[in-house]
Amino acid sequence: MSYLCQQLINGLQLGSVYALIALGYTMVYGIVRLINFAHGDIFMIGAYVGYFALNVYKIPLPFVFPLAMAICALLGMTIEKLAYKPLRNAPRINLLITAMGVSLFLEYFSSLKFIFGPNFLAYPRPFRVTNICLGGLMINSVTIFVFLIVFSLLLLLEIIVYRTKIGMAMRAVSYDKETSALMGINVDNIISFTFGLGSALAAVGGILYGIAYPQIHPFMGIMPGLKAFVAAVLGGIGIIKGAVVGALIMGVLEVLTSAYLSSTWRDAIAFSLLILFLIFKPTGIFGKEEMEKV
Amino acid sequence: MKKLFPLFLLLTLFCQKSSVIKIGLIAPITGDVKTFGESVKNAFLLAIEEANSRGGVLGKKITYVIADDKNDPTEAANAGAKLINQDRVNYIIGSVSSKCSIPLSEICQPADVLMVTPTSTNPKVTIRDDGSRKPNIFRACFIDPFQGKVAAKFALEQLKAKKAAVLYDIGNDYTKGLAEFFRDAFQKGGGVITVYESYSKDDVDFSALLTKVKGENPDILFLPDYYNKVALIAKQARQMGLQSILLGGDGWDSPDMVKIAGEAIEGGYFTNHYSPDDPRPEVQEWVKKYEEKYGSKPDALATLAYDATNLLLEAIRRANSEEVSKVREALQKIREFKCVSGEMSIDENGDPIKGAVILQYKGGKQVFVAMVKPD
Repeated sequence: MSYLCQQLINGLQLGSVYALIALGYTMVYGIVRLINFAHGDIFMIGAYVGYFALNVYKIPLPFVFPLAMAICALLGMTIEKLAYKPLRNAPRINLLITAMGVSLFLEYFSSLKFIFGPNFLAYPRPFRVTNICLGGLMINSVTIFVFLIVFSLLLLLEIIVYRTKIGMAMRAVSYDKETSALMGINVDNIISFTFGLGSALAAVGGILYGIAYPQIHPFMGIMPGLKAFVAAVLGGIGIIKGAVVGALIMGVLEVLTSAYLSSTWRDAIAFSLLILFLIFKPTGIFGKEEMEKV
Repeated sequence: MKKLFPLFLLLTLFCQKSSVIKIGLIAPITGDVKTFGESVKNAFLLAIEEANSRGGVLGKKITYVIADDKNDPTEAANAGAKLINQDRVNYIIGSVSSKCSIPLSEICQPADVLMVTPTSTNPKVTIRDDGSRKPNIFRACFIDPFQGKVAAKFALEQLKAKKAAVLYDIGNDYTKGLAEFFRDAFQKGGGVITVYESYSKDDVDFSALLTKVKGENPDILFLPDYYNKVALIAKQARQMGLQSILLGGDGWDSPDMVKIAGEAIEGGYFTNHYSPDDPRPEVQEWVKKYEEKYGSKPDALATLAYDATNLLLEAIRRANSEEVSKVREALQKIREFKCVSGEMSIDENGDPIKGAVILQYKGGKQVFVAMVKPD
C-alpha cells in the first residue's frame, strides 16, 4: 500500500509539471484554435534561462522565476507576432505547419554552439534536498517545492481568468472573436496576452523540471511537450480545469506503468490513451459539445 | 568542368597514394557523451603528431579527417559514408559507443575499409548476429562479457553482495549487453537479481523504477550506462534515500561525472580499461605526455584511442604496405603488443585479450582498487 502511495506521489510530481505546460496549450487553443507546437521549446528555453540565472549569474531563486517568466512571455509574444499573426486568417493547416517550423527552429537554434550548445548540462539545486517521513511514506523537499509552486500558480491563473477584466476579455474572445471585437475588446492584445501567460507558465515548468530531474539539453522540450499536449486533449482542449486534471492523470499513469508493468511501456500507453480518447471522446473528460472556454 | 573531373579524381588518387597516409576519426565531439569524443580526439591527434615527428609511417606523413557523430547511430553511419566516399580514407578510428560502431562497421566492412574502434565494448561490433566475423573490424578494448563478468565477480567476492538490481537503457547495445552479462555472471555466482528493468534514452524521471528498487533494498545497484544518465539516476536514487552501493562499467569514466553527479556518485565502483595510477612506465610516460599537452590526466577513452591509433600504425608498418588486405592480415597477427592499456594480443574475433581494473569514486576522484586479469 505504501509502495502504491509512494508511486502516486512520484506520478503527481511529474503530472504537476506537465500541468504547467498543458495550460499553455489549452489557453492558446481556446483563443486562436492553434496547437502551438513550439510550446514545448519555450519550456526548454525557460529551463535554460533558469540555469543561467542560477548557475552563471547566481541570482537568488525567488527572482529567477519572475525573470524566466518575463523572458519567456516576451518570447512567446514575439513568436505570435512574427509567425502566427500574419497567418491568422489563413487555413488552419498553415498555422500548424508554421508552429512545427518554429519548434524545430527553436530546438536547432538553441543547440548552436554560441547559444546554449548541444551538450547536456547538470541543473543546479538551489536548496538542500531533505527527506520528510510521513508514516511509511517519504516526501522530499523537491516534490513539496514543485507542488507548492504549481498550486500557487494555478490559483493565480484562476484569479486572472475569472476575477479580472482581462480574464473576462479572454473568455469573451475564446467564445466569439468577432462579437467581442465589436464590444470594444482589442482582440490582438488579448491573443498576445494569452501567449505571454502560457509561455510564462511553461518557463516555470521548465525550471521545476530542471530542478526535479536535474539535466537539461536543447531537445528536452519535445517529450514533455507532447505529453502535455496529450494531457490537454485528455482533459478537453481549451478547458483550463481539464488541462490540470489531464496532466495529473498522465503523470500518474506513466509512473504506475513503469512501476507495475515496465518503463518501456510508458510512452506507448500514454499515446494510445490519446488515440482512444480521440476516437471515443474527442472532446476530452470535461468537454461538452460546442462549449468553449478559455 | 565535367571533363576535368576524371582528371581531378586521378590527381587526388595519385596524391594520396604517393605522399600521405590518410586516417579518419569518427567520435562524438558534441552531444550527450561529448567528453568521450574530446578525449578520443585529443589522444588521436597526439598519436599522429608523435608518429609524424618520427618521420611518419613507411616514410609518409599521416594526415587525418575528423567527423562528429553526436553519439547518434544514424550520424555515425553518415559520417562513415562521407569519410569513405568523399574523403577517400582507407582506415577509420572509431566510433566511441557501441551503438554507433555497430552501424559504422556495416558501412566499413563492404567498402573494404579497415576500422579500429578504440572503445566500443559490445561483441557485435566485430561479429554478426549469426556469429560470423566482420574481418575488417578490430578494437583496442576488452569486450562486455569480460567486463560484466569482472563486475559481477567483484560484487560477489569483494563487496560480499547477495542481492543486486540492474537498470539499463533498452535502446543502447552497450548498456543492454553489459546488463545481460552482469546478470548472468552474478546469478551463476550465487547472487540474486531482484530488479531487472529498462528505461529509454529520453527518460529523465526514474522515480518509479527507483521506488521499486528501494522496496527490494539490494546490496548493489548496477548502472551500466554513460556518465550523463548514471549521474541523473544516482542523484535521484540518493535523493530518495537509496543506500545500495552503485556499480558500473567503463561508461562512467569521465571528468564530468563528479561535476554532474556530485556527492551522489561518491563510493561507486566501476570496471575500466586502465588507471593513471598504474606504476608501469608506459602508463606514467603517457600520463605525463598527455598532461603536458592538454593539462589534465588522460581518461581511459583517451588511452584507448591512443592505443588504437598506434595499433593501426604498427599494423601498417608491419605490413610494409598501404593495401588494406595486407594491413588487415598484419593487424590480425599482432601478439603481445605493448600498449598503454596493457599488453594486447588480437584474437580470432579482432578483440584484444587484456586485463581490466576496478576504480572507485572517492573524495571526488577516481581511486585504483584492483586489477583483474582474463582467465
